[in-house]
Amino acid sequence: MATPAASPIRRARGEVLHDGFLRHAGFRWLKIATITCVLSIASYMLVDVTPHHNGGSWYGYTMGTIGALLILWLTLLGLRKRAMTRGRWSLKAWTSAHVYLGLSLIVIATLHTGFQLGWNVHTLAYALMMLVILSGLFGITVYASLPTALSNNRAEMTQVQMLDAVRAIDRQLHDAAQPLTHEQAALVRQSLEDDPFGGGLVSRLSGRYPRCATARAQAALRRWTGDTPDTGNDPLERVDALLERKQAMLARLRRHLKLKALLEIWLYIHVPATFALLAALTAHIVSVFFYW
Amino acid sequence: MNDRVRIAIVGSGPAGLSAAARAAALGLSHLLIEKTDHLSDTIFKYQKGKHVMATPSQLVLRSDCDFEAGKRESILDRWNGQADAQAINIAYNAEVKAIVGTGDPIAGSIQKIVERKRDGTSETKEIQRFAPPYRLTLNDGREVIADAVVMAIGTQGNPNLMRVPGADLPHVQYQLDDPAEYNDEHIFVVGTGDAGIENALGLAADEAQGNVVTILNRSTEFASAKAANVKALMTAAEAGRLAIMTESTTAKVEPGFITLDSRDGEVKLKCDRIIARMGSAPPRAFVESCGIEFTSGDRLAFPKLSPVFESTAPGIFVIGALAGYPLIKHCMNQGYDVVEYINGNRDLKPADEPILAAKFAGLPEKKSVAEWLEYLRANVSILEGLSPLQMREFMLDSEVRAYRSGDLIFEKFDPGSSLFGIARGQALVEVASGVEIPIDQGSIFGEVGLISGRRRGATVRAGADSIMVEVSRTAALKLMSSNPPAKRAITRISTERQLLQMFGAGLTPADLADILDTAEIRTVKAGEAILTEGDIGNDIYVIRVGSMIVEKKIGGKNVFLSYLPAGSYVGEMALIAGGPRTATVKATVKSEVIRLNGDAFARLMAAKPALLERARRDMAARQDVNAFVESRKDSFSTVVDMYSETAKFLVDNGIGEATDVLLIDEHLCVGCDNCEKACADSHDGLSRLDREAGRTYAHLHVPTSCRHCEHPHCMADCPPNAIHRGPDGEVFIDDSCIGCGNCQRNCPYGVIRMDSVPPKKPGLLSWMFFGAGPGPGEPSKKWRYKNAESGVEKPKKAIKCDMCSGIEGGPACVRACPTGAAIRVAPEDFLTVARLGGEAR
Repeated sequence: MATPAASPIRRARGEVLHDGFLRHAGFRWLKIATITCVLSIASYMLVDVTPHHNGGSWYGYTMGTIGALLILWLTLLGLRKRAMTRGRWSLKAWTSAHVYLGLSLIVIATLHTGFQLGWNVHTLAYALMMLVILSGLFGITVYASLPTALSNNRAEMTQVQMLDAVRAIDRQLHDAAQPLTHEQAALVRQSLEDDPFGGGLVSRLSGRYPRCATARAQAALRRWTGDTPDTGNDPLERVDALLERKQAMLARLRRHLKLKALLEIWLYIHVPATFALLAALTAHIVSVFFYW
Repeated sequence: MNDRVRIAIVGSGPAGLSAAARAAALGLSHLLIEKTDHLSDTIFKYQKGKHVMATPSQLVLRSDCDFEAGKRESILDRWNGQADAQAINIAYNAEVKAIVGTGDPIAGSIQKIVERKRDGTSETKEIQRFAPPYRLTLNDGREVIADAVVMAIGTQGNPNLMRVPGADLPHVQYQLDDPAEYNDEHIFVVGTGDAGIENALGLAADEAQGNVVTILNRSTEFASAKAANVKALMTAAEAGRLAIMTESTTAKVEPGFITLDSRDGEVKLKCDRIIARMGSAPPRAFVESCGIEFTSGDRLAFPKLSPVFESTAPGIFVIGALAGYPLIKHCMNQGYDVVEYINGNRDLKPADEPILAAKFAGLPEKKSVAEWLEYLRANVSILEGLSPLQMREFMLDSEVRAYRSGDLIFEKFDPGSSLFGIARGQALVEVASGVEIPIDQGSIFGEVGLISGRRRGATVRAGADSIMVEVSRTAALKLMSSNPPAKRAITRISTERQLLQMFGAGLTPADLADILDTAEIRTVKAGEAILTEGDIGNDIYVIRVGSMIVEKKIGGKNVFLSYLPAGSYVGEMALIAGGPRTATVKATVKSEVIRLNGDAFARLMAAKPALLERARRDMAARQDVNAFVESRKDSFSTVVDMYSETAKFLVDNGIGEATDVLLIDEHLCVGCDNCEKACADSHDGLSRLDREAGRTYAHLHVPTSCRHCEHPHCMADCPPNAIHRGPDGEVFIDDSCIGCGNCQRNCPYGVIRMDSVPPKKPGLLSWMFFGAGPGPGEPSKKWRYKNAESGVEKPKKAIKCDMCSGIEGGPACVRACPTGAAIRVAPEDFLTVARLGGEAR
């Protein structure tokens, strides 16, 4: 089995039928971004700014302008993604460019600062930008590693089907629990009334639900079933089997939700931080021109 | 009691009702006979609130009853009101058992009815026809004498009845309108088709109703029901909501009890209600017993009719769905026309006259519609056997055009599935650049696209000033099924042309005569092999319809070698090199192949060195593939296995009959559903794909989305003929959809949904900055409901992928995928061994 990014499927004519956003068009944007970075570093070395490199020199302004325009363009991905206009554009190409040009911003913006950082609005903009880039890096990592796991875990089921399966088991549990004693039925009711996905962000991201009522109910019922043989028509054994199935289905659903959450969570930092960055960037630019 | 009327009308659907209304308006004595207790049972049985459409829109309605698109209830109410107001004479709950002429025997008019039995034998019965007036015997023993009979009974048929003692008791019913009606009853559902299962599930759905539901199955299998229904039934049984009794049949019905023959012998159980859903018998047997002949023994054949809808029994007229017209407007017009005719009005032009006149308006000469129809019939050889009524109907589905010498008719690689007939002039087929083959008046062309469903194989121009009839695929198929000589002519011509085209220039029709005489067309079931590795044989097979896969056994495993679309041929290796077959060739879907006699083909190759050269080249290419796979097998065995398995998975999922399919690489898919959102935003806010649903193999996911099949199942039964193949090969549904849902039921891949267009959303920027509207993608049901235009009822129509035809940039799902997971492929691009090279590197 080939690794995710290393299995491009080719057409008969030798044309690349499809490859991921990282490999898009033979790493076109990686090449462009690398050249940009190399050129920036080389020019930083060659250009002599006195007394030393800073944001206020002509060179600093040039890099700053490039960086600011780049940030604006990178922000537009959010619009591009949602605006289903006609025409020969590909969101994959945009994502590819977004990733590599976004990474090149590390070099461009750092060179723009001339390594002069302090406790001010300018450095705040820089820090926010780095936060956006780092969260983006996390995003690239999960995008590259998690889809396979997501696909394996769901085993051709959709999320709705998984939820329906849990509901179907719940209905059967409800019916199967009718002959049980009050005490035992209360345990099953706990499992039925429990919100199996409650427990907040930590549970969602870790996939661990220590207070899961289904697991508890099953553990408790095992006290009765543990030392009696299964004769095949004991209602308690039937409930036990149903709880086992519910647990398995819940485990799959929780893994599914965990992977989906991981694929999305970084956007909750990436996007708000982008807007904070735009605000800080505006403040940075205005203040620079105000104190010209 | 005996009634004597001028016209007896059987069936009170749109056709029968309209006929009765006309008879009432003309003051003719009449009787409208309806077997149920209400008018228009087919529409009555539609689900509550269903929107009924009025197509074709260009057809004017000519009837004494009104009809316009609207809710089922309002249409039925209006018809009931009008039936009362116009004093139509209706006999409800009356079913006609027999119609026999009471006049003298008609000399020489004897009808042969062939009855096929289950064991394969058949029996021929002969009926002597008698002249009118007719005696209609009703189920209550009443008899009606009528000068003329109008049969408008539709195609719904009668439900199969239970044949056990007590089956006529009132608690045995054959329909379930509202499952919520019954409470605290012991109910038995007989029959495990979809209808029976759905009824049983409906009755058991709500536990509060307290019904004890049992479903009876004669065998142990649920072969005639959809898999999803069977699964739901099993789940319900497992949950204890209903009981399934297999290998059980009903033995006796008594009030309050049912006696069953089961595996454990006879059992008597408590039973308050029996719902029998055992399918229905088509009305054909009854219609034939009245002396009405059908055009052929084909299951889908219609009665033989004159231009005025008169059947082979003089004085019995057949109209409506039974006559082959499923659309309400057609039916109503026919009811009017046929009664006018019976009343002696011979000058009435059919209501479709203006439509036909418009079709002929662009032609150079001025002739009447009837003259043009006769001209085309006489000049195009395949149309010769048609009656004037068939010709009329045929032209409604076809187009006729005049071309000047040199005009382009269609270009190579154009999509198109229509057939052209040359009524005047000549067509020139460009087989190679500069080489043109003429086709003369009376003949046909374009049949390859019709049969294989693939793109045009050559450019065709008019060779002289010409008049051509363009026959749509549906009309051509109808023609072939109703007219055997036309079918034979089309088949022979198409086989000849296909061979000429495949083997290139240098061959002439005369060269092929020998081969064509031995050629045989064979239908191959999906999965059946036409060639088996190791067998002896030298025949050549040409794939005419469908597609095949080539497999070879290497190291004990079947390895997928290649995919052959329609228009390819196999078998040349054994013919040229001798020896046994080197690979197995299997059909991926139901296909048709032309078998050419190997010896005849060998003689032809001996006579035509160019053909031999061509076959040798093809053979060499295939041997290269075989050798390549064999060499890879040792060094990359897992890759070859993987490739083979993946190819099999794709073929199993219908990719073999696809022309373009959406695949998702789940190594890359992050589940953002941007593809679905893009689809919805490009098409009126409704998504035509379900990304998450569908099968997956080796991280290659086939989402629920149209495959644009070669021979679309959805096209099979579309009353307004609204499904077409578009200019880029896409299969799409046009605005004339009536929302009947046939295509949804016929699609084996479940990619068609029925929905109404949601209200318009606010723009993207107002959503982004002000939170207006539901945002990108398909709006939620809640939002749609809240923002629906009040008082405007939007019809539910069938929607499916149209490959974003007309949208610059191509399919939105692929363009909008941020990671490159979504791709669209044609099977021949994908199922090729060249992929192996790419993967193995």
